[in-house]
Amino acid sequence: MTDLWMAAVVTALLLPFYRVVNGPTVFDRMVGVGVVGTKTVILLCLVGHAYGRLDMFLDIAIAYAMLNFLGAIIVSKYLEPESGPQ
Amino acid sequence: MSTWVGNSLVTLGVIFLVIGSIGVLRFPDFYSRAHAASKPDTLGLMLTILGLVVIEGATLSSAKLLLIVIFVAIGNPTATHALGRAALRSGLKPWSRGKEEA
Repeated sequence: MTDLWMAAVVTALLLPFYRVVNGPTVFDRMVGVGVVGTKTVILLCLVGHAYGRLDMFLDIAIAYAMLNFLGAIIVSKYLEPESGPQ
Repeated sequence: MSTWVGNSLVTLGVIFLVIGSIGVLRFPDFYSRAHAASKPDTLGLMLTILGLVVIEGATLSSAKLLLIVIFVAIGNPTATHALGRAALRSGLKPWSRGKEEA
C-alpha cells in the first residue's frame, strides 16, 4: 500500500517539472517549485513510514517545509515592483 | 479499524495531490495555476499527514506531523498569495476567453 502511495506522489511530483522548465513567466516557475516542495515533504513522511523510522525523517520534513515557505516569500518580495513614489 | 481509516485518508490525500499536479500542468493562466497549486495541494497534504497520524497513534512523531500540518496550512496559502500579489503588481494580465494564451 505504501509503495502505491509513493509511486503516485512521485508521479505528482514529476508532472510540475514541465511547468518549472518552460513556464511562460517566472511566476509559473515559482508555482511549480512550490508544488514540488510540498510534495517532497509528503514523500519524506511516506518514506519514513515505509522504513518504520518516521522520527528520523520528520525533522528533515519540517525543515524542508520551512525552507519552501521562506523561498516563495523571498522570491515574491524580490519580484514585486517597488511601491510608492516612482 | 484505525488502520482502515488512516489508509483511506492517505489514499484520498494522494488522489488530491495527483489532481492538483494535473491542474498545474493544464490550466491556461498563472492565476488559475496558482489556484490549482495552492488549494488541492494543501488539502492533499493535510489529509495524507492526518492519515499517517491516525496510523501512527499517539506518539512524539504524531505531534511533529501535526506541527507540519499546522505550518503548511498557514504557510502554503500565504506563499501563493504573495506570489499572486507580486504577479498582479508587476502587470501580469489575467487570462480571459477569446484571447490567446499569454
